[in-house]
Amino acid sequence: MSDTVIRPARVALVGNPNSGKTALFNALTGARQKVANYAGVTVERKEGLLTTADGRSISVLDLPGTYSLRARSPDEVVTRDAVLGKLAGETAPDVLVAVADATNLRLVLRLILELKAVGRPMVLALNMYDIAQRQGLRIDLEGLARELGCPIVTTVATRKRGIEDLVAQVDALARAGDLSAKSTWREPDAGEIRQAHREAQRILKAHVRPPERPDTLTGKIDSVLLHPVAGLAILLAVLFLMFQAVFTWAKPVQDLIDQAFQALGGLVAHTLPPGLLTSFLTDGVISGVGSVLVFLPQILVLFLFIILLEDLGYMARAAFLMDRIMGGAGLHGRAFIPLLSSFACAIPGIMATRVIDNKRDRLTTILVAPLMTCSARIPVYTLIISAFIPSRTVLGVMNLQGLVMFGLYGAGILSALGVSFVTRRFLWRGAVEPFLMELPTYKAPDAENVARSLFLRGKIFVTRAGTIIFPMMILVWFFSSFPGAPAGAKDPAINYSIAGHIGRFIQPAFAPVGFNWQMIVALIPGFAAREVAVAALGTVYALGAGDAQPGMLATTLAHHWSIATGLAFLAWYVFSPQCASTFGVIKRETNSWRWPVIAFGYMLALAYIAALIVYQIARAAGLG
Amino acid sequence: MIINRKNQVPDRPMHDMLAEPITSPTAPIQGAAEGRLVRLSTARPGDRGVIIEVRAESHPGDHGVGVEELQRRLLEFGFVEGAGIEILHEGAIRRDPIAVRLDDMRIALRRRDAEDVWILLDPR
Ligand SMILES: Nc1nc2c(ncn2[C@@H]2O[C@H](COP(=O)(O)OP(=O)(O)OP(=O)(O)O)[C@@H](O)[C@H]2O)c(=O)[nH]1
Ligand SMILES: [Mg+2]
Repeated sequence: MSDTVIRPARVALVGNPNSGKTALFNALTGARQKVANYAGVTVERKEGLLTTADGRSISVLDLPGTYSLRARSPDEVVTRDAVLGKLAGETAPDVLVAVADATNLRLVLRLILELKAVGRPMVLALNMYDIAQRQGLRIDLEGLARELGCPIVTTVATRKRGIEDLVAQVDALARAGDLSAKSTWREPDAGEIRQAHREAQRILKAHVRPPERPDTLTGKIDSVLLHPVAGLAILLAVLFLMFQAVFTWAKPVQDLIDQAFQALGGLVAHTLPPGLLTSFLTDGVISGVGSVLVFLPQILVLFLFIILLEDLGYMARAAFLMDRIMGGAGLHGRAFIPLLSSFACAIPGIMATRVIDNKRDRLTTILVAPLMTCSARIPVYTLIISAFIPSRTVLGVMNLQGLVMFGLYGAGILSALGVSFVTRRFLWRGAVEPFLMELPTYKAPDAENVARSLFLRGKIFVTRAGTIIFPMMILVWFFSSFPGAPAGAKDPAINYSIAGHIGRFIQPAFAPVGFNWQMIVALIPGFAAREVAVAALGTVYALGAGDAQPGMLATTLAHHWSIATGLAFLAWYVFSPQCASTFGVIKRETNSWRWPVIAFGYMLALAYIAALIVYQIARAAGLG
Repeated sequence: MIINRKNQVPDRPMHDMLAEPITSPTAPIQGAAEGRLVRLSTARPGDRGVIIEVRAESHPGDHGVGVEELQRRLLEFGFVEGAGIEILHEGAIRRDPIAVRLDDMRIALRRRDAEDVWILLDPR
């Protein structure tokens, strides 16, 4: 076909969730899309290019996993439309690669029977073949290929095995270019699904012998981790350990980085003549951006935990344990993983809600996702905690600071449940949607994958520091430095600056919650991204300190703020809508300005009320 | 120890072999020679058996999706006549949700969504 010469052939990876499509996509194209051991990791279509042995390029499409082409949720709609060529400006792919978990073939065989009706040439990639072999699973590949009428390739996506074979088969089919068959696919009814299951069962029986050494480990681990009492206790312990670790493990490295930045600041201040440039470098760049970069170790520790849990296969178990509690708050069962992803960042969390089929369930989850404690809050929490909470050991083993951190995460979770409860009670009283979820087999996390994901996370954090925080800090430094102090002024120059004036103008509104004007100056740019507030505090207090060597920011804050103010600031940050890109994503995902506005409004109100309560109570308790 | 149940599943789906369709939606039908016929929603950990029928009748209009749609979803997940099933775990609050082994897969679901799945329990 002349067509294929002009544009690269297009193949799409289709299969059940968690069968390794994205791992295969990464192996084929060299991409680094997220791979994890639970269903529903991929929620968008992703395109990449591969080059065959003789130099032709083929475009590869990674799709969300599905059990059927009868799309039920937004992510499955993407898969259906891509396979059927219904996406705007796209034709159906030239070749389909059905990706199957070789150890779990029953459901995918039925899906393959559906895919055959689409009428495109197809290759079956029997993935996770390493596990199949370890279990002594015997698959009659030739018989199966004959039965299904498509070539079969065995692959181990995570080890990049079988990739050339797969590419060769895809290339051969693409070049044959047999696109004559029209799609005869239509939604099957219950009878047809049963019929297809029977057919799949027959094929399975004829060509696959049950494993000689079936996986018994998963069952054993589950009897502990899913135990009604022990399971919940372990879940709590894991979360607790995670937040303790964020504090205690990261601290030594963090102190080192902190000292390095201080030394750097000192060096610049000593070598350059005093003046605007030096002030910009030390107070704006080093104190500002540096005060955020210091938190890299914390972010990495948090993500290490999350990645290990994801790869192990624990996420679905945690969702199982929490389901009743979440259901009580009116959240859909599938909301758990999006909410848990929001611990990293609300943006992927909100996108992950695409796995929820019902619109209201999805909206509720989107509205509460920003309340989960994202990693951008870590710098703020850590800074304030180390300034105002003594590092004491309580109850024998626990670090008080870690305990407060755990409490803040708890507050985020509880408020998310509360807001969802209220929404479902008063706004949308609806039926409870059905919820079915596969519990994947446990897998030992792959060191390479963990390292790669961790590196990616670190890179995102540092890039943010460079692209969002750095420009914001230039603005903060500028507004905090100009106009300079009038001649003969005794106060630091920042008091006379634009920022100083703005801060003092707004401050009365925040007097009831105990915020001073410096905090207002930090909060305003903090709406761009939460951690900017920390950077801005760094700059504001560095400028305020005049020529004095800037010390550790936490020490400075402890000196300038009362404990009540510090606690109120923490309470503010549990709820505050301080992240512009989150609202951008809410707008995109809901296709309307209404929901970001509502989310912003309710979060602002909650933040103010929470800070007010905390400040007034703390003052009454004599901490003012 | 996990016993492979596939060998015990007859070639023909069980529900084809039952001459008469099961009619009473409420009362579990007794008397099948091998064991008891129960709704999956009432089964307890340790129960195992074979799925006899997947219906579309409970809580019409209260699933957010129609009962037919729920039935199709159950079928697509492999809750299909003839499949071997074992209840593995249940949640702490009201014993909900449940985790089951369905042939070679493990699946979690809520009891209210499991009402229309009828299983013939193996004798203990
Ligand atoms: N042992 C082994 N593990 C694999 C293989 N391929 C993928 N995995 C693991 O299987 C899990 C799922 O892989 P993904 O690539 O995320 O699966 P997916 O099909 O893209 O999943 P969704 O996006 O949720 O539909 C991950 O934990 C992978 O590390 C393989 O060939 N062998
Ligand atoms: Mg994927």
